[in-house]
Amino acid sequence: MGNLIKIAFRNLYRQKRRTLLTIAIISVGVIAVLLFSALSGAFKNMMVGQITDSMLGHMQIHRKGYVSSLDNLPLDKTIDAKQMKKMGEILDRNPRVEAYSKRILMGGMLSNYMETTNIKVAGINPKDESIVTPLLTSRIKKGEMLKKGEILLPELVTKGMNLKVGQSIVLIVNNVDSSVNGQNLKIAGIVESVVGPTGKYGYIHIDDAVTVLRMDKPEFSEIAIRLNKISSLDKVTRQISLEIVEIKNKEGEPIFEVHSWKELSPFYNIAKMIDLMSLFINILLVAIVLISILNVMIMAVYERIKEIGTLTAIGTLPGKIRTMFLMEGLFLGFFGSVAGSIIGVILIIATKFAHITIAFGRNENILIDPAIPFDQMALITLVSTIVAVLASLQPAIKASHMDPIEALRYS
Amino acid sequence: MNKIIEMKNISKIYRAGEVDVPALKDITVDINKGTFVSFIGPSGSGKTTLLNLIGALDTPTGGILKVDGAETGRLSTKKRAIFRGENIGFIFQDFNLISVLTVYENVEYPLLMVKETPKEKRVKIVNALLEKTGMLDQKDKYPSQLSGGQKQRVAVARALTTSPRIVLADEPTANLDHDTAFMVISLMKKMRDESGVTFIFSTHDPKIVGVVDIIHTLEDGIILKSEEVTHG
Repeated sequence: MGNLIKIAFRNLYRQKRRTLLTIAIISVGVIAVLLFSALSGAFKNMMVGQITDSMLGHMQIHRKGYVSSLDNLPLDKTIDAKQMKKMGEILDRNPRVEAYSKRILMGGMLSNYMETTNIKVAGINPKDESIVTPLLTSRIKKGEMLKKGEILLPELVTKGMNLKVGQSIVLIVNNVDSSVNGQNLKIAGIVESVVGPTGKYGYIHIDDAVTVLRMDKPEFSEIAIRLNKISSLDKVTRQISLEIVEIKNKEGEPIFEVHSWKELSPFYNIAKMIDLMSLFINILLVAIVLISILNVMIMAVYERIKEIGTLTAIGTLPGKIRTMFLMEGLFLGFFGSVAGSIIGVILIIATKFAHITIAFGRNENILIDPAIPFDQMALITLVSTIVAVLASLQPAIKASHMDPIEALRYS
Repeated sequence: MNKIIEMKNISKIYRAGEVDVPALKDITVDINKGTFVSFIGPSGSGKTTLLNLIGALDTPTGGILKVDGAETGRLSTKKRAIFRGENIGFIFQDFNLISVLTVYENVEYPLLMVKETPKEKRVKIVNALLEKTGMLDQKDKYPSQLSGGQKQRVAVARALTTSPRIVLADEPTANLDHDTAFMVISLMKKMRDESGVTFIFSTHDPKIVGVVDIIHTLEDGIILKSEEVTHG
């Protein structure tokens, strides 16, 4: 085998320019894939982070049917205290759950005694919410995190009504019986709006929500959950789904359902599009490797017909001739992808140092921080090498089946 | 029992489109071990076809051909390749050295890739042959750095590395000048004398004709005459 490798190397070396060109073509393809993967991956992770850490959390639990009527924020599809206790037990015993935050969502009117506007508000426990959505604090552009009797208002509402931190407003809501209730609240801060559901919500303390909705006991609209690692999202979603499905109504039907952020945010479709584009770029790379190697190996066989005839005549077995050509293809694919990976990593590091920022939604100067996709690199090298060998297969088989007499006669 | 090649009523017909072209017709000839034999004749007389059959590169259309007792026409492609590797050495008109390998590696190639001989033994055999062919001092050169005569000497060494029973040389001096051709023939004769291997040529080079033991004259696929040459 060592000698076949040596001969394959020598054969590649004798066509230096062609070999370098082929390696360069494959490298460019690999660089494109790596850069795209790193940048799109960074963009995706940043977006997912923004969405989950700003408002959604990694996953949420609702009463069945709540999400489909989310626009109305129904107050009759809630999680009562008894059910919440069971839910808490399930969440507390799952080691992958870092924290959860109970929310009461409501729609209402906001008045500064002169003007009135519509508003959607989430009743939260500030301490729990800050863990589940850690970016909430950084979204507060003016003022500070709310306490009891205070409200965080979305930026657009404060601009429209010219509201300032410290001012008093009245929040008017309909409770579950449709009776109208109001409560005076002080503006604790102004929160930046973000793209996606609940991105333009105001926040009040959960105790104030219970009060304004005249609830005897707290009833929660949703539970937002943060996991230790977002990579375990699908697994935990499955685990919790299996557990809460056991909480049933009198008819024996499950009462609650679990949704991951993917089901709650339209951005998931954009993330899927990014993945699809990544796949497309990968397919392009495979095509580049396939065509360039096939082309080079067909030429190599064509140029060396007489040599193949000589090797066959002196007794070289067809399998060895086949292996020799496969080796050449393998080396082209392998070295092309290794060279591309090295250059790709250098470019990714350069991109990191370039501090590229983008604007997303209302957030500007979001730093794109590409990570070196080591798993992708290993996969690309493996796939390119396998594809290179596959592309060499037909020319190699042709070489090994060559009639020595015809080959020796060739000039 | 001294016969290394037995040919009885050998025929070879090629098909060119719809037409059958007979290349060899009813050839019956035996070749003894250790002889220096030449097939001569004009172009298209069937010399190369005959050598291809003896060298197990091709199979006869009819008749019986035994090479060192083996009926090569009945062997599969793979078994014929193995047979060639073990029993036949080839010398070509165009030398056919592997351009990416050095002189040493070219001679070593059959031992390495065909017979898978251990390194120690390989080194010994290759160096001995290069010494005998006067190419030891050129062993690190590539074929492109050699003259025609040097290339053919390397080809002779390569043909003998696996200690074959037969060496087939198809027009081995056709691309060489007079002095170089004479030198190469002398080398081959010397190798025959030392190793006892059977050398079979196809040629119309009078220099070769002058040194062989037996001359078979071919024309239109038929052996016209066979004559033993007495060297004075």
